[in-house]
Amino acid sequence: MKTQAIILGAVLAAVIAAPAVAEDQVSPPRLTWSFAGPFGKYDEAQLQRGFKIYREVCSNCHSLNLLSIRNLGDVGGPGFNEAQVAQIASEYKIKDLDDSGQPTERAGRPADHFPAPFPNEAAAKAANGGTAPPDMSTLAKARTYARGFPWWVIDVFTQYQEQGPDYIAAILKGYKDPPPAGANVPQGGHYNEYFPGHNIAMPPPLSDGQVKYDDGSSENLEQYSKDISAFLEWAAEPHLMARKRIGFQVIIFLIVLSGLLYFTKKKVWSSVH
Amino acid sequence: MSGHSTYQPQNKFLQWFEKRLPIGGLIYSSFVAYPTPRNLNYWWTFGGILAFMLGVQIITGIVLAMHYTPNADMAFSSVETIMRDVNYGWLLRYVHATGASMFFLAVYIHMFRGMYYGSYKEPREVLWILGVILYLLMMATGFMGYVLVWGQMSFWAATVITNLFSAIPGVGDAIVTWLWGGYAVGNPTLNRFFSLHYLLPFLIAGVVVLHVWALHVVGQNNPTGIEPKSDKDTVPFTPYATIKDGFLMAVYCILFAWLVFYVPNFLLAADNYIPANPAVTPSEIVPEWYYLPFYAILRSIPNKLLGVCALFGSIGILAFLPWLDTSPVRSARYRPIYRQFFWLFVVVCIGLGYLGSKPPEGVYVILSRLFTAYYFAYFLIVLPLLGIFEKTKPLPSSISESVLGAKA
Amino acid sequence: MSSAEQHSRRDFLYIATGAVAAVGGAAALVPLIAQMNPDASTIAAGAPVEIDLAPIADGQIVKVFWRSKPIFIFHRTKKEIDEAVNVDVNTLPDPEPDSERVKAGHEPWLVVIGICTHLGCIPLAHQGEYDGWFCPCHGSQYDTAGRIRKGPAPRNLALPPYKFLSASKIRIGEESAAKPA
Repeated sequence: MKTQAIILGAVLAAVIAAPAVAEDQVSPPRLTWSFAGPFGKYDEAQLQRGFKIYREVCSNCHSLNLLSIRNLGDVGGPGFNEAQVAQIASEYKIKDLDDSGQPTERAGRPADHFPAPFPNEAAAKAANGGTAPPDMSTLAKARTYARGFPWWVIDVFTQYQEQGPDYIAAILKGYKDPPPAGANVPQGGHYNEYFPGHNIAMPPPLSDGQVKYDDGSSENLEQYSKDISAFLEWAAEPHLMARKRIGFQVIIFLIVLSGLLYFTKKKVWSSVH
Repeated sequence: MSGHSTYQPQNKFLQWFEKRLPIGGLIYSSFVAYPTPRNLNYWWTFGGILAFMLGVQIITGIVLAMHYTPNADMAFSSVETIMRDVNYGWLLRYVHATGASMFFLAVYIHMFRGMYYGSYKEPREVLWILGVILYLLMMATGFMGYVLVWGQMSFWAATVITNLFSAIPGVGDAIVTWLWGGYAVGNPTLNRFFSLHYLLPFLIAGVVVLHVWALHVVGQNNPTGIEPKSDKDTVPFTPYATIKDGFLMAVYCILFAWLVFYVPNFLLAADNYIPANPAVTPSEIVPEWYYLPFYAILRSIPNKLLGVCALFGSIGILAFLPWLDTSPVRSARYRPIYRQFFWLFVVVCIGLGYLGSKPPEGVYVILSRLFTAYYFAYFLIVLPLLGIFEKTKPLPSSISESVLGAKA
Repeated sequence: MSSAEQHSRRDFLYIATGAVAAVGGAAALVPLIAQMNPDASTIAAGAPVEIDLAPIADGQIVKVFWRSKPIFIFHRTKKEIDEAVNVDVNTLPDPEPDSERVKAGHEPWLVVIGICTHLGCIPLAHQGEYDGWFCPCHGSQYDTAGRIRKGPAPRNLALPPYKFLSASKIRIGEESAAKPA
């Protein structure tokens, strides 16, 4: 009977390990990220470049509602200093009420949230062919792809948590025009290799040379897609570095404590056995 | 309580207090002097781990509630405020979310331990049933907590699960409307789930007190399934069981910490980082992993009402376990045939969990039905019959004999 | 190993385990307590505010909010400044000369936190015997320099940190480098 259970388990494993990727999704390639792994850190320069892309390209359609401009100066982020944050803030136009209660526009302050390109969901939909561009505050954590067994088990040990950035970078580079033979792309859609169903509403947003970098990094789609994905990961997980740092300390502590408790237990029980 | 209290406080104030409210004596007889079988293995530490996890969830839950707003327009952003602005908010949120999974992992190990060693058998039937009640309360609490995030999965899981009640003939729709407080899942639903999610853990704490009381009246089971016969069979709870529990608790926390600090979103569905949208259903609605086996059972039955009955029946049947298992031998150590069926049952439960995460089509449906059939057959056919027909191994004469050999 | 040696080894192990566990428990308390402190958005909302003084007429008292506290900005007339200056400081319940409650070169402007130092009510402007404020809760009376004169309040109205950006603009929430006159 035990062998039967083992055989059953083996059959299960075979079924499980069978192609577990949904038929119409291609797995994005795994990229190397500076923030991956137990000692991962954000690259400040990369985050600043990513912010530039967000500001010049993405923010025309995508809001970043849950972030405030002051976050740009937070520890573990793009690393802008206070003066730079104030300068960036002042370049934004924020809708507010004047002293007599009338709507007006004023210069932004660090405490303000990033202003949204559209006043509400309906306006965003109407301006974008019926699909509202999603807010980007948590986008990097809201996107993933099926890894299949046994990869998702292995991922726990290798700490692969970068499904979101990998997916986003792949999407940005995954447009194919003209689409491959046999692909059915409805009017208004665009063929994208990595988007589930291959039909994405967003037109290709980035192309070579579109954004000027001040630090000499390459100005091509490859670099842009990495930088914006890193920025979006920071936008979704601003405390990543603190989390990993404290995690290391906690786990070392727990290993020491477990060791001490183990030897204490052995000592206490030695009189019994 | 088993045994008289031999608690003699040294301190004058404690003596004075003890005469008026003998809590000291109660704690002493329950958790210090309490005679514990000496042969308990590490599977017995999960009760203590569960108590620890309940404490963790209640404490992190209370501090999270200081910052959370249970209104449909603000819930999602209040959770993100916790993650971004509240001091250590990210840590508290991840501990609470991961803690729910660690809580369920521990409870499943605890339950499987009980099933393997026959801890549900006479005289521990009420203890077991209190455990089933605790499990149901945990499931309700976990479900409602997940809804509070008000992401896409929160909203649609709430819709799917509350809609289950519409299967009840006649009053089903009225009950669902009553649960929702509206014509669909919405703000009234969210508010009442917050109230109940805050309440239920304290009900759990109360039932835990009953559970431990019921345990202490009959004494703990042990791997042999034979009751302690003399003092040689037991050791005082403190320091022996305390330190053993403490050790495994620390090891358990290593796993907990790994998940919280390094892979916190491994167990969280990505779709739940999208704010709830009543107009768009996610392509795959999947509950948290600890509900997956029951989700598979629900979907394996093609009829809506029977599926719901199977779902609730699969949990309810646990309460009848003490009477379904007819064997006079408790521990699977001495039941070689039962042991095979038991491990098959474990594989089936894990398999059902996997199938619950898959879309209900093709081979997955066939396997779900097969596994559901075995799940119920295990309780309704295998266990009653095994008790009659199984040839069990000879039992040792006492616990100390089993530990020390015939020298005892 | 002698019994005494074994003893002390065992004790060391127990003490070490207990100490490490205690450290862990204390460390676990830190986030639980820290989370109740003002969060980042509250601190950001409490950032300094700038007030334009030009619209405030002679003798007018204006109320603004900074960090959820009411701030009185009093544009004092010559008479009101004299009333504040020509007082024997030693007769005051909370002795403080007017010069220490205003910025040098900006004597007409009094900026105080509008919370009565007795039990926290907001006093009413231009009321009471001293031409300053009167607190309706228990009758405390403040003069034109915001100092307590009569009533149960123990201290003068508190001064917020502020500085002059120009003759007609102040920023409340930031202290100036120069000391007051």
